[in-house]
Amino acid sequence: MALYTPDRSQYPAALPDGSLEFDLASGKYLKLWQGPQHPGITGNMSLELTVCGDEIVHARTHVGYLHRGFEKLMERRTFIQCFPIVCRICVPEPDFNEYCYAQAVEELAGIEAPERARWIRTLILEMGRINSYMMYLGGQAGSLGQAVIGQWTTYGRDLMLDRFEELTGARIYHMFILPGGVRDGLPDGFETRMEETLREIERIMADVEDVMFHNAVFKTRTVGQGIIRPEWIEDYGVTGPNARAAGVVKDVRKDQPYLVYPELDFEPVSGTDSDVFTRADVRRRDVHVSIDLVRQILARMPKDGPLMAKVPNVLHWKIPKGETYVRGECSRGEYGYYLVTDGSGYPRRVNVRGPSYTHAMALLEKMIVGVNIADVAGLMVSLHTYPPEIER
Amino acid sequence: MRALLDSLKSLYPLDDIVLQRPDLAFATVPAAQVRGLLHHLKEREGFTHLVLLTAVDWLEDGMFQLTYLLHDRARARDLGLRTLIRRDRATMDGIHDLWPTAATYQRELKEMFGIDFPGSPGVDDPFVLEGWTDLPPYRRDFDTKDFSERNFNHREGRVTHDPAAHMKRHLYPDEA
Repeated sequence: MALYTPDRSQYPAALPDGSLEFDLASGKYLKLWQGPQHPGITGNMSLELTVCGDEIVHARTHVGYLHRGFEKLMERRTFIQCFPIVCRICVPEPDFNEYCYAQAVEELAGIEAPERARWIRTLILEMGRINSYMMYLGGQAGSLGQAVIGQWTTYGRDLMLDRFEELTGARIYHMFILPGGVRDGLPDGFETRMEETLREIERIMADVEDVMFHNAVFKTRTVGQGIIRPEWIEDYGVTGPNARAAGVVKDVRKDQPYLVYPELDFEPVSGTDSDVFTRADVRRRDVHVSIDLVRQILARMPKDGPLMAKVPNVLHWKIPKGETYVRGECSRGEYGYYLVTDGSGYPRRVNVRGPSYTHAMALLEKMIVGVNIADVAGLMVSLHTYPPEIER
Repeated sequence: MRALLDSLKSLYPLDDIVLQRPDLAFATVPAAQVRGLLHHLKEREGFTHLVLLTAVDWLEDGMFQLTYLLHDRARARDLGLRTLIRRDRATMDGIHDLWPTAATYQRELKEMFGIDFPGSPGVDDPFVLEGWTDLPPYRRDFDTKDFSERNFNHREGRVTHDPAAHMKRHLYPDEA
């Protein structure tokens, strides 16, 4: 049931290509900027909206407020000097950058990370996924007026950050997945403390389900809102929960299994309705999948064994000419690194493929037309985008 | 993957084929054949997902390499198509009609590398830079340090230490 019935008496006419024809000088339309400083924007980007009444008739996304030139910086740094840079490309879920970069370097250098390191890498990635989803759920609820959910999920995320801190020594940028392996093993008693954290997060998630997903306002404002049509999935490179909520069960962990995922028992979560509610629900259920995966990993991983493969002196490390692409399934979809080497001690080119690149620009601009101004924030958050991945 | 490459070789002039992994291969194709091959891969071979489109600057050869990476989810395989274009005539046909999302990649390549894709929607609009008049910044001959020194002032009170000399002074103050 829609609460909002648009007044389309002055709505612009549609052109043959499907776009809308509007004349700003007519006075019927208004330019409205949402962002870069706005509570209803995800990260450092802005939306240039053209509105007719309360309805969006055209949108343009603007990025670049946080461009740090990472890809260019890496061309002037040795392979190991790039390592502390890559995690900074995505703040809420930095570990995929570390994994994809390390794996790409290892592949081109002919190095294989030890078995135990591969289990710990998988553990780190699933811990990061839970954190990322907790942040998302708080943002999604907050964008529709439920601020308390964000306080609960931030508490849950903080508990997981404690586990990150004891495992890696850092809360946000872990710099733990090095080319060759990982920096350290699990500290004593880690499994017990992680189990306590997982139980607390499960308790929080039960509350979130009750208060957010069974809330009439949340459902009314999200069911049927912001639908991604199936034909847009390939046209716009949609991956991850955004695709799975549309019934396209894309999950790199299953489609092209990496690390120890082939040994783990799980099924990708999917939905069919492809609206804001379904995308949120897919992510909520995915938190439980990740919790289960963390338990499986801790129960089955080797307790001893090497953590690092032998790597050359990193100050004089030259990698033969080659190129590769390594991908993983992060909380937002396909994350990948395209690495080109030329035989020197520096990467020739590093290109980062973050899911936000496709979701937050072309797809959002298409989806946002016809949406009420008040629903823009909820729609944008539902795509779960992190702008630093775009302007890397 | 090998069978696919053999089949493509009979249709298109593929060169420099590298089977990087059982599920990932790269091949070079002339610029004029790129659109046809991409269309063939998308419509006939199941490579429906455009993973990325990016460029590599081979400054010493005077060439840009454009890499189109495609994914076939049903068969869990990737194919990277490279094509080389001259740096001094950096223009390429767009593929935004095959994948609308390619327009974003093309817009970024125009700004960061100066590679033009005539007709691509919004290709001349700024991507992340505004009022940029220098060389496209991701070209190899764009010197970031020189740019910074020309455009920004040094802040008073900041000094640069040689790490070895600094540590020597710090650890062995008597010898300094």
